[in-house]
Amino acid sequence: MARIGVFVCHCGENIGRTVDCHAVAEALAQVPGVVHAVDYKYMCSDPGQQLIKAAVAEKGLTGVVVAACSPHMHEKTFRRAVQSVGLNPFLCEMANIREHCSWIHEDRAKATEKAIDLARMMVEKVKRNVALSTVRIPVTRRALVIGGGIAGIQAALDIADGGAEVVLVEKEPSIGGHMSQLSETFPTLDCSQCILTPRMVEVYQHPRIKLLTYSEVEAVEGYIGNFRVTIRKKARGIDESKCNGCGACIKACPNKRIPSEFDCGLGKRTAIYVPFPQAVPNIPVIDRQRCTLHIARSKGKKDACMKCSEACQRGAIDFNQQDTLVTEEVGAIIVATGYQLYSIGRDQPKEYLKGYGEYGYGTIPDVIDGLQFERLASASGPTAGKILRPSDNKEPKTVVFLQCIGSRDPAKGIEYCSKICCMYVAKHAMLYRHKVHDGRVVVFYMDIRAAGKGYDEFTRRAIEEEGAEYIRGRVTRLYRDGDVIKVQGFDTLSGSPITIDADMVVLATAVRPQPGIDALAQKLSVSYDRHGFIVEAHPKLRPVETNTAGVYVAGACQAPRDIPDSVAMASAAASKVLGLFSHEMLEREPTVARVDESVCAGCFHCERVCPYGAIRHKEIKDKTGKVIRVVAEVNPGVCQGCGTCQATCPSKSIELQGFTDAQIFAQINAFVG
Amino acid sequence: MKLGYYPGCSMHGTSREHEESLLAIAKPLGLELAEIEDWSCCGASSAHACNRTLAVALPARNLALAEEQGHDRVIAPCAACYNRLAMATHEVASDPQMAGRVRAVLSRPFANRVKVLNAVEVLRELVPTLKTNVKRPLTGLKVACYYGCLLLRPAEVTGFDDPEDPSSMEEVVRACGAEPVSWRMRVECCGAGLTMARKPSVVRLGRAIISDAMASGADVIVVSCPMCHSNLDFRQQAMGLSRPMPVVYLTQLVGLALGLDSSALGLARHFVSTGGVVPRNAAQEVG
Repeated sequence: MARIGVFVCHCGENIGRTVDCHAVAEALAQVPGVVHAVDYKYMCSDPGQQLIKAAVAEKGLTGVVVAACSPHMHEKTFRRAVQSVGLNPFLCEMANIREHCSWIHEDRAKATEKAIDLARMMVEKVKRNVALSTVRIPVTRRALVIGGGIAGIQAALDIADGGAEVVLVEKEPSIGGHMSQLSETFPTLDCSQCILTPRMVEVYQHPRIKLLTYSEVEAVEGYIGNFRVTIRKKARGIDESKCNGCGACIKACPNKRIPSEFDCGLGKRTAIYVPFPQAVPNIPVIDRQRCTLHIARSKGKKDACMKCSEACQRGAIDFNQQDTLVTEEVGAIIVATGYQLYSIGRDQPKEYLKGYGEYGYGTIPDVIDGLQFERLASASGPTAGKILRPSDNKEPKTVVFLQCIGSRDPAKGIEYCSKICCMYVAKHAMLYRHKVHDGRVVVFYMDIRAAGKGYDEFTRRAIEEEGAEYIRGRVTRLYRDGDVIKVQGFDTLSGSPITIDADMVVLATAVRPQPGIDALAQKLSVSYDRHGFIVEAHPKLRPVETNTAGVYVAGACQAPRDIPDSVAMASAAASKVLGLFSHEMLEREPTVARVDESVCAGCFHCERVCPYGAIRHKEIKDKTGKVIRVVAEVNPGVCQGCGTCQATCPSKSIELQGFTDAQIFAQINAFVG
Repeated sequence: MKLGYYPGCSMHGTSREHEESLLAIAKPLGLELAEIEDWSCCGASSAHACNRTLAVALPARNLALAEEQGHDRVIAPCAACYNRLAMATHEVASDPQMAGRVRAVLSRPFANRVKVLNAVEVLRELVPTLKTNVKRPLTGLKVACYYGCLLLRPAEVTGFDDPEDPSSMEEVVRACGAEPVSWRMRVECCGAGLTMARKPSVVRLGRAIISDAMASGADVIVVSCPMCHSNLDFRQQAMGLSRPMPVVYLTQLVGLALGLDSSALGLARHFVSTGGVVPRNAAQEVG
């Protein structure tokens, strides 16, 4: 015979203002099976919990209903309370009379009536609750980090230093990401490569980091603690075990005029190349689209050039190398795939994005973007750090910077602020003035957003000490007039149109997630917004987790991020992973589906509808080992307790524990009966 | 292609040559135009400066007539008419209160399902037909395509081309065998309705536009708006330019490429001689 206790909470005035809590307790005391019913001002407070604990012990309760707030708030609190006095926590349930009742109604009498119904329904459910025990699943203490930019590097190092193994996957031939392309960094103007390359080398040398460059994640299976990841190692054309990075092949390659991706098209590279001198690993890659031999092969012709292979002393060049697939078992995954810049011209990757044809990017060679300016300012760049404009290699005497190109412009498809541009434009202005003392810098801006430690001081310095002219307003058109670029804009502070003759124009273009992020997110079952940024589990309280357990996010693939933010996120994600790895077994809620094997007909409708792939096939054998039946089985590690299988099963042989048909129908009957 | 045709006042008045050339090219391009019966003023300039409901109701009346007469697409070749008609469909679709007021004023059924087109848009759609029907390619003719403001803006109402970096006129010009030049004043203001009230402003703006077209090596400016045309053609004498610059409608240029007689295209009706535009082997009847 059930002995249920009901505890009605006033939640201060939150519930008590609209619901007569005492009347609710009195009404519930009359329900058959309820042996104890009281109300109290704050049931979640320590004295409130004491009330429950005492009643469980004294009255010998077999079930507890707390009529209070949403179970999202305090279910854990009350379940822990009853557990401490020996009752199975799953015999305690909450009836939500706050969010579902007092907060949304005004009529006190009717709200009280509804609260009684809600509590009564829960009593009928709890009468049918059974003791459940948490599911325990094993954890593989090994992490996968996707993306080898500064966020991925930081996360990999933190996890590896914490004692766990890491597999770091980078799609480019070298790790380092966009940070390796930068000249100096704000707000301290320290050299980007000087602070980054030691970290890159550390990754390469770390005994617990397995580095897979020129590789991409192909498929992801499994669940928190137990992922199985297939990684495609793209054919480099080089036997990594033989290559010593001498560079003789690169010198020998006759194909020397390919635009360098690392230099954003401003410099040239060969068909066999390392992207930059400090690349990690320092192993070249053959660009098969540009290699004379591979182009000839693709046309069915004989091998036209083998100069790199002839130059290699160690026989490391392998033209026939194929992509290989490797499988890695990991317990957690960090996504750190970073960003790309918005493309400025008319051709756009998505229909909702509109370019700025009026800025002539691509047709006027001296209109460049922010990353291109970084390469011009970088000592390792195509001009060895001299600011020279691309068209004629002359030193520009007037440089105009345009902020918010794409960003904050819903008409162009992007409504968000790209966050880093105000800062890097101020930095560019300073770098330029440091190198060209008689140069003029003009910046067109909408607002200056410099919220960060030392950031506002930095932009003030650019304006007040380094002589950058800031004009608030937008530029309508850029056009070539002889040797100069006419910059036609509007100064909204003086209210007048303005035309500036510039030698070079730099566009601070919006930050967008990397191409292919949507496909990767789908493989990982994580959400992404319409721009492709990965959506975090909670914008404030769970900023580095995703909605898929065991998958974390760091850096600019979640939103536009600068280096300090990316590093902080990466360390946060790493600490989450290490926290996960600190347990030998993971505990999960037991409210997962379970199959009654004696009645399961093996139709596998459940398998077809399960969104998480939690259904397995289980063979039932007789004494001789012969398979007599195949039935469904639920993997409790994967099951998220959605109940779709239960609604679908024609023979009612699969049920969600804690939400069985008997329990749900009892609730409905209590209401309508 | 079958379209309802809304001429508006200009096509029957100041820009007669626009209508003449449009009707002349319609046949060879397989374009059937049915003038909307009992059409009335679109309200341009004056109505939307005075009364918001009237500004939408006037064009909406014409769209309702078009619906009644069984048209699902209507061409409004005048850029101002096009802008007002397209604006009316946009406002009625996006503002339920406005839709209610307009329907009350109209006192006739109005489903707002007619798509409003301008001449550039229609010709761009007809480019494949045009290409196969060019009789006299305008090879070597350098053309400055001038869009002005009303054809392209606001982008959420017009939406057929990029308002800052359009390309549809150039597509049509290329199909005629001519060569569009790259210049920068394509979408700048010509002064529009200020031609009477502030003549010096219109002359200054027009001078800047024509000078830029000349500097880009253009032989002719092509327009698709009667106001642009009168500001650039009629006011050209006052601009003090080094040489005259012919200004023709896109429909006229297409007509020339189709091998039509220049008199049929109304090319003699302009203030600035269009003689240089007409290919030598074409009938010479140019003012």
